[in-house]
Amino acid sequence: MAGTAVRGRLNWLLAEAVELVAETPRVRTIVFDVPAWEGHRPGQHVDIRLTAEDGYQAQRSYSIAAPEDGVRVVITVELVDGGEVSPYLIEELRVGDSIELRGPIGGYFVWEPGDGESVQLIGGGSGIAPLMAMVRARVAARSSEPMRLLYSARSLEDVIYGEELESLNAVDGIDVAYTLTRSQPPGWEGLSRRVDRAMLEAVACPPTAGPACYVCGPTGFVETAASALVEQGHPAARIRTERFGPTGGP
Amino acid sequence: MTSDTHLDGNALGGLFYELFGREMTHQQGCCDNCGTVSAFGSLIVCRGPGDVLRCPACGEVIIVVVSTPVRQQVNFVALRWLNIEGFEADAPIGD
Repeated sequence: MAGTAVRGRLNWLLAEAVELVAETPRVRTIVFDVPAWEGHRPGQHVDIRLTAEDGYQAQRSYSIAAPEDGVRVVITVELVDGGEVSPYLIEELRVGDSIELRGPIGGYFVWEPGDGESVQLIGGGSGIAPLMAMVRARVAARSSEPMRLLYSARSLEDVIYGEELESLNAVDGIDVAYTLTRSQPPGWEGLSRRVDRAMLEAVACPPTAGPACYVCGPTGFVETAASALVEQGHPAARIRTERFGPTGGP
Repeated sequence: MTSDTHLDGNALGGLFYELFGREMTHQQGCCDNCGTVSAFGSLIVCRGPGDVLRCPACGEVIIVVVSTPVRQQVNFVALRWLNIEGFEADAPIGD
């Protein structure tokens, strides 16, 4: 697929916050209404720009967390201590407030339902956001791709979209596995370490299934998980990655 | 370049959209050092006063973008070629 092949400018668009969801103490989902929005594909992101009264501007990228739905654009933001943009979006932004964004951006880390191929998603922390857009797109399209999600979070309290992810295991062809890397609730019998090859062999699509692999999260997490996929036998060309840097980011 | 602070070409999707007037993260380029062909989105990126894009295979600096308030300078340091899919060529001159 050629991606978005329309030549033109990427204009800054006015976006009004219409719904706020506290996902965890440090993570908030924001639903924007963007009247000029022209749609997007799962995995794409937006750039968000904040302008101070003195004209100072700060800009960050955030993955879109839900598939196309009219003028709605959904992002999930994790608080970055000392950050310029995330503290505003999480602690200051109210319903009815407007910010500027531009997008959709991205033609590489995207997936769309319909080709029938297996998909392996691996997310770390708020790196779940673009993967969630892919999962939600598959559910909305009622398509049949076998899809597995391995989600690494520090603790159960840090799991984003927890209830929705639980309900996804009831969807035919979707399988969700968690690993809680720092603390586990009493009686936790699931995975409790960082992603490694042995974990992938236990819960991920085998290379023989030929899955398209998408890995998103903090840079260190992505490097580790992508290497484990290669060790497991997945061809590098089938692994697409998106890195946030040390914390936060797109 | 193997620290945990680098990003990848996805993070520069907006900047490259501005520069080329189209989505670029899925477009492919060839490293002049090792010959590896990579999508822009998979290049290793370090952001700073200049954005440095490296080949994910050999680590060679391929592109450097320096943005100032009045101009953007793009240095194709080691980009052998860039393939832009979906490009509609203009009619040949002189026809």
